[in-house]
Amino acid sequence: MIEWFTSAQVVVASAAGLFCLVLGFAGRKPNDFTLGATAIVELLLVVQVGIAIVAPLTGNPPTGSLAEFWVYLASAIIIPVAAAFWALVERNRWSTAILGVGCLAIAVMVYRMGQIWFVQGV
Amino acid sequence: MSSPGSSRAVGVGRVLIAVYAILALAATARSIYQLATKFDEAPAAYLLSGLAGVVYILATVALLTRGDTWYRIAWATIVFEFIGVIVVGSLSVFDPVLFPSDTVWSRFGAGYVFIPLILPILGMLWLYRTRPSPVAA
Repeated sequence: MIEWFTSAQVVVASAAGLFCLVLGFAGRKPNDFTLGATAIVELLLVVQVGIAIVAPLTGNPPTGSLAEFWVYLASAIIIPVAAAFWALVERNRWSTAILGVGCLAIAVMVYRMGQIWFVQGV
Repeated sequence: MSSPGSSRAVGVGRVLIAVYAILALAATARSIYQLATKFDEAPAAYLLSGLAGVVYILATVALLTRGDTWYRIAWATIVFEFIGVIVVGSLSVFDPVLFPSDTVWSRFGAGYVFIPLILPILGMLWLYRTRPSPVAA
């Protein structure tokens, strides 16, 4: 993991999550902005997968357990996809709210992954 | 009250179910990892964590599925996990050796932003809202 990227990812996922949650409870169906925000969160997770594969090979291994890190990342990467799929099938305010819930879950999980990588084994 | 056989997976209940699904995924994945790699460190706690994961999966399915039987299963699983987070949460505060702080119910679900504590309360409220009405004779 790269520290600044991880922090940025948590901020983006939190912002996307709050954005979608607010719009959802305000009655908005999923639109390009809410789906786009979710897509960005997923894209950042895919980039994170790339970083996590390369980093230990370039002298940046996790301080904690790599296996535990990958359990989190593998679970996380499914969530925005599942939420977006649901939002495309059922286009109502609740699927927008679910996009928000998914993105907030990613924010928490990436934060935990950051702890495992940088803090846990120190 | 809802008519017999109506869906619990409507409206804001859907958001509740989505959170249950995410929690079930996260808790089960993590407990599998713990059971596979650190079982000797705290076997009782990690086995209980595995059970919690399974119960969350069952609760998610029960909230999604129509019918009175699944309604009762939803109640049973949600009450079980609520008691679990209260009891394990208290034990983890007073006996941290028996319950290390990284299981889903430790410290009242603090490792999961207290969602394991709040979610069953919302779940029980939702089940009350969507309770089946008595069938007319």
